[in-house]
Amino acid sequence: MNQGAKSVSLTRATFAVFSKELRVEFRSFELLTSTIVFALVVVFVFSFAFNPSAADSRRFGAGFLWIALLFASSLMLQPSFTRERTNDTLAALVLAPIDPFAIIAGKLFANFFFLVLVELILLPAFSVLYNVPLLGVIGQLAGVMLLGTFGIATVGTVFAAIASQARMRELLLPLLLVPVVVPLLIACSGATMALLADTPELPLSWVAVMACFDLMFFTAAWLFGGYLLEE
Amino acid sequence: MSASATTTADTGLSISFTDVEKRYGSHVALRRLSLKIAPGEFVALVGANGSGKTTLLRMAALLSRPTSGKIQFQNAIPNSEALAPADIKLHIGMVGHFTMLYDELSAEENLRFFAKLSGLDNPDRIAAEALIPAGLSPRAKDLVRTFSRGMRQRLAIARALLADPSILLLDEPAAGLDREGAAWLAQTLSSLRKTGATVIMSSHGQSEALTLATRAIAMRNGTLIEDSGPNGNARAIIEREAAPITGIWDSAQ
Repeated sequence: MNQGAKSVSLTRATFAVFSKELRVEFRSFELLTSTIVFALVVVFVFSFAFNPSAADSRRFGAGFLWIALLFASSLMLQPSFTRERTNDTLAALVLAPIDPFAIIAGKLFANFFFLVLVELILLPAFSVLYNVPLLGVIGQLAGVMLLGTFGIATVGTVFAAIASQARMRELLLPLLLVPVVVPLLIACSGATMALLADTPELPLSWVAVMACFDLMFFTAAWLFGGYLLEE
Repeated sequence: MSASATTTADTGLSISFTDVEKRYGSHVALRRLSLKIAPGEFVALVGANGSGKTTLLRMAALLSRPTSGKIQFQNAIPNSEALAPADIKLHIGMVGHFTMLYDELSAEENLRFFAKLSGLDNPDRIAAEALIPAGLSPRAKDLVRTFSRGMRQRLAIARALLADPSILLLDEPAAGLDREGAAWLAQTLSSLRKTGATVIMSSHGQSEALTLATRAIAMRNGTLIEDSGPNGNARAIIEREAAPITGIWDSAQ
């Protein structure tokens, strides 16, 4: 008996959960479609509400972009754990002989991947609507976007796990997520604004803030993630 | 499924609950329960809805932490240390109230995914083989959301048995099964018993699988009210406490 079951390494378990998340999402495209549409609508509405000139876009566009991404993220991250509760599949994951952090990490990387896909569609639209050329700074901008997105995905995934156990789960995630990511949002907006300026530059101080934020919350998720999954 | 014929006492695990209590806010789901289940026992947990059966099973599966008291798993080697949670999970299979399956994945994909998480070698083969006794091979590629309740339940049972667990926790496993499915479940559990696995099965109503029980525990309002013990009259408790729904008693039992 029990000849087959054995502990699975964190990397393999994380990859298995990550692959499952992608497979489930690419079957329906439910989250991606709604998130992309929502992010585009926010950017579109800001564009028409403020009708920014090129100079305005360089000053405020970065903020609009990150606010759109943050709102879209909370929409995307919400079902990350709640849909595991529909058939109690979360229990099956927790019951598996794996490090519980693999469940958090697999979902975190999948959410990060989905958000990057959203940004790939959002950025060209943003460039056109706000008349901001991005091609000249695309490499540096990609770095900023990836760091910021990883931070949002990390905090959002952890809080989605917490919120999924609460009664008011639909309301709880944005309430938890937005205040906590404010420092990250300031750094992301600051770095993006500097890249959109007439003479683009990448302020390393903002990059350091983003990297520290990501590292701090990823480590916290690693250390305490297992407790989030207990009843 | 690759059920091997290793005998119980060498490989099985005992589970002991000592003064275990579980509260959800002011609601007490389980009150100071003390119980020891030996390797190879087939325990029927009977009682009405809300009696604490599911809470007990979820705590035994380490899905839920007791508010007070402790749960220990120990192998049959005298004076051995209690096992760590990571080791215990290698030995547990569970069928819950819900199917624990992904509706957006096919039957085969579900089993392959959980086989991978259980560290099983060759998950593709294991998934395909596990579908055969459940009678789901022809629907292997179909999404679970297209399955009937009974088919989902068969698949849930196949998932729980993937890694040949030495402890099988079943929460109303006959729910949704038709007569044929209930017979398949009873036959599967009968085979599993021969391998020495410990089975704890909850039910609020009688079912064919309950006839296999060697011990019955009745619960009410979170309290253990009666325990036949390993050698007691399990059937008397089951007949008294479990509602007669699909009772098919085997006269040989």
